[in-house]
Amino acid sequence: MATVYAFVAHNDGVLDDSAAELAAAAKKFTDAPVTAIVSGSGVDAAAAKAAELFPAVWKMDAAELAYPNAEVVRKALLNNLDAGAVVLMAHNTFGMDLAPGLAVKTGGAFVADVVAIEGADGDTLKVVRQEFGGVVSTHVTVDMSAGAVITIRPGAIAAEEGAAAGGAVEEKAVGDVSAKRKFIEVREPEAGDVDITKAEVLVSVGRGIEDQDNIELAHELAKAIGSQAEVSCSRPIVDAKWMDASRQVGTSGKTVKPKVYLAMGISGSFQHMGGIKGGLIIAVNKNPNAPIFQVANVGIEADILEFIPELTEALGEL
Amino acid sequence: MEILVCVKRVPDTAENEIELNSAGNDIERDDLVYSVNEWDNYAVEEAIQIVDKVGGTVTVVTVGDEDADEVLRREMAMGAQNGILLNDEAFEDSDAMGVATLLKAAVEKGKYDLILTGAQADAGYAAVGGMLAAMMDLPYASLVNMIEVGDGKLTVGREIEGGNQEINEIELPCVLSIQTGINEPRYVGIKGIRQVSGIEIPEYDADALGVDPATVGAAGAKTKRVDYFIPETGEGAEMLTGSTEEIIAKLIDIMKANGGLK
Ligand SMILES: Cc1cc2nc3c(=O)[nH]c(=O)nc-3n(C[C@H](O)[C@H](O)[C@H](O)COP(=O)(O)OP(=O)(O)OC[C@H]3O[C@@H](n4cnc5c(N)ncnc54)[C@H](O)[C@@H]3O)c2cc1C
Repeated sequence: MATVYAFVAHNDGVLDDSAAELAAAAKKFTDAPVTAIVSGSGVDAAAAKAAELFPAVWKMDAAELAYPNAEVVRKALLNNLDAGAVVLMAHNTFGMDLAPGLAVKTGGAFVADVVAIEGADGDTLKVVRQEFGGVVSTHVTVDMSAGAVITIRPGAIAAEEGAAAGGAVEEKAVGDVSAKRKFIEVREPEAGDVDITKAEVLVSVGRGIEDQDNIELAHELAKAIGSQAEVSCSRPIVDAKWMDASRQVGTSGKTVKPKVYLAMGISGSFQHMGGIKGGLIIAVNKNPNAPIFQVANVGIEADILEFIPELTEALGEL
Repeated sequence: MEILVCVKRVPDTAENEIELNSAGNDIERDDLVYSVNEWDNYAVEEAIQIVDKVGGTVTVVTVGDEDADEVLRREMAMGAQNGILLNDEAFEDSDAMGVATLLKAAVEKGKYDLILTGAQADAGYAAVGGMLAAMMDLPYASLVNMIEVGDGKLTVGREIEGGNQEINEIELPCVLSIQTGINEPRYVGIKGIRQVSGIEIPEYDADALGVDPATVGAAGAKTKRVDYFIPETGEGAEMLTGSTEEIIAKLIDIMKANGGLK
C-alpha cells in the first residue's frame, strides 16, 4: 500500500478532535507510519501537536492557506502527494468541499462519511457507512490500488489516548495555488430571541411535528415544564421557516448541553446528534426503527401529536 | 444564464419506513414511495429564481431508468424548461465517480454557465458536484446557501459549522452544491405536472454519451456496496412501555431524577 496521510483540521494551534480520530482510523487498516498534513498560515503549534499523534508531519505553511479554501488546498496537496496516496480526512464541511475533487485529481477511489473501518485485505479496504439518514448501514469495499480519499464521520471512531508518537515535522513547499474561487469573509449568525444553549430542558421538535401550527404544542409543553425549559428544533423546521435559526440544534446550528433533551419526531441524523453534548436524551418517535433509538437514553414509541398534549396535561396536574 | 441542475430520484424517507428485504441484501423496494432528493429541489428552485432575475434557461438532468422520468417532470413543472435522462443498463450501480463521469458527458453536450447539484442524496456521499467540477476543471463550492449573480462571477455563501457562513467569490462557469434552506421551493400540484406531461425528454445511453461502459456502472466502480444491514442496537434506548398514563408517569419520574423538573 502507498503512503497513508491524514489531513488534520485545527484552529489557532488547537487540533480538532477529529485529528486523533483519524490516527485511530488509520491504525485499523495499516501498520505503516501515517503522515499528518497540517495546512494553514503560521501553523507551528498545530504541527507540533500533530507530531504527538503521528510519526511524521508535513507542514504546508503559506499566507494563501490562511483560510481553508478547498481549491487552494487541493492544489497545494497535489503539488506534494505522490501517486497512489491514501488520504484520510474528517467528513466535516471542509472535508465535503475538498475530498471529492481531490479523489478525482489523484485518480484514486473515494468513500465518504465512514463510521467504522473493519480492516484491509491487500488493497481492498472494508468500511461501514450509513444510508438514508442513518436508517440502514452498509458494508462497502474500496479498491485502494490506485490510492483513495476517505472521509471519516467526526465522533464515529474512538480516538486513541496518549499515543505520544513523537513525529518529525517536515516543511513542504506549497507551489502554485492560484484559484478561481476566492475567500472573502466568514459571517456569524445573528443572535436570536432565545439562547437555547443555557436551557436546562429542551423540548426539541423535528419533521415529525408535520405542520407549523403544531409548533405551539411544543411551546405549551415547555411552559408546563417550567422556566428552565426552552423549545429547540432540527434543521427541516428552520428550513421551512417555522422557527428561527438560533433554535436549531446540530453541527450547523447550536451545541447544547441541557440536563434533559426531549427529541420529538426527530430521526437522529448525525448532524443533529452532533449538537447534543450531554444530558439525558429522551426520544419520542412513531417509528420503532428510528435511528435515534440507538443513541437516546430513553425511548418512547408514540405519535408526538397525541403524546405531547397528554404529557403537557399530566404536568399541569402535578 | 444557462443552468444545468443534476437531480436524483430517491426513496422518500418521510413517507416510508425503510426496511431490509428478506434476503438482507437490499432494502425492501416493493411499495416504496419515491420523490426528488430533498436537496435537489432547493437547487432547482434556486436556478429558477436566478433565471427569473437575469434570464436564461434551466435544464434538469438525471441518471436513472424510465421511472426517473417522473422526477424530471416534477422539476419541469416547477419551472425548468428542459429535461435530460441518462439511461442505460451499463449505468446501474455506478459509484459517485461513475455518476460524475456520466454527468460530465451530458454537460459537454450543452453549453452551461452554471451547474448545480444537491449537497447530498440518499447515500450521503456529498460527492457528485465536487467530482464533476474537478473532472471539468471548473471551480466548485459545496453547501451553498446564498448566491448573488455578478458580472462573470458569483458571490456565494457556504454553510460551515456552528451556523457560520463563509463568503466566496467564484468565477463562472462553475459547479455549486446547494444546501437546504437557501430558498423556499415552490409547491407543485398535479395540474402543473399534467401540463408538462407532453414535453419530450431526450434520453442518452452510453453510446450517445460517448462513455465507455467499462468506466461506469458496477464495472467501473472502485467503491462497492456489499450489503445492507441494521446495526446491532448495542446499548440502545431503554424503551418505556405500557399504557400512555404509565409511560407518562415513568417519564415524569425520569425527568425529575435527572433535574429536568423542579
Ligand atoms: C452539512 C449538513 C449539515 C446539517 N446540519 C444539521 C443540523 O445542524 N441540525 C439538524 O437537525 N440537521 C442538520 N442537517 C440535516 C440532517 O442531515 C437531517 O436531514 C435532519 O436532521 C433531519 O431532521 P428530522 O430528524 O427532524 O427529520 P427526519 O429525518 O425526516 O425525521 C423525522 C422523524 O419523525 C418521525 N415522525 C414523523 N411523524 C411523527 C409523529 N407524528 N410522531 C412521532 N414521530 C414522527 C419519523 O419517524 C422520523 O424518524 C444537516 C445536513 C447537512 C448535509
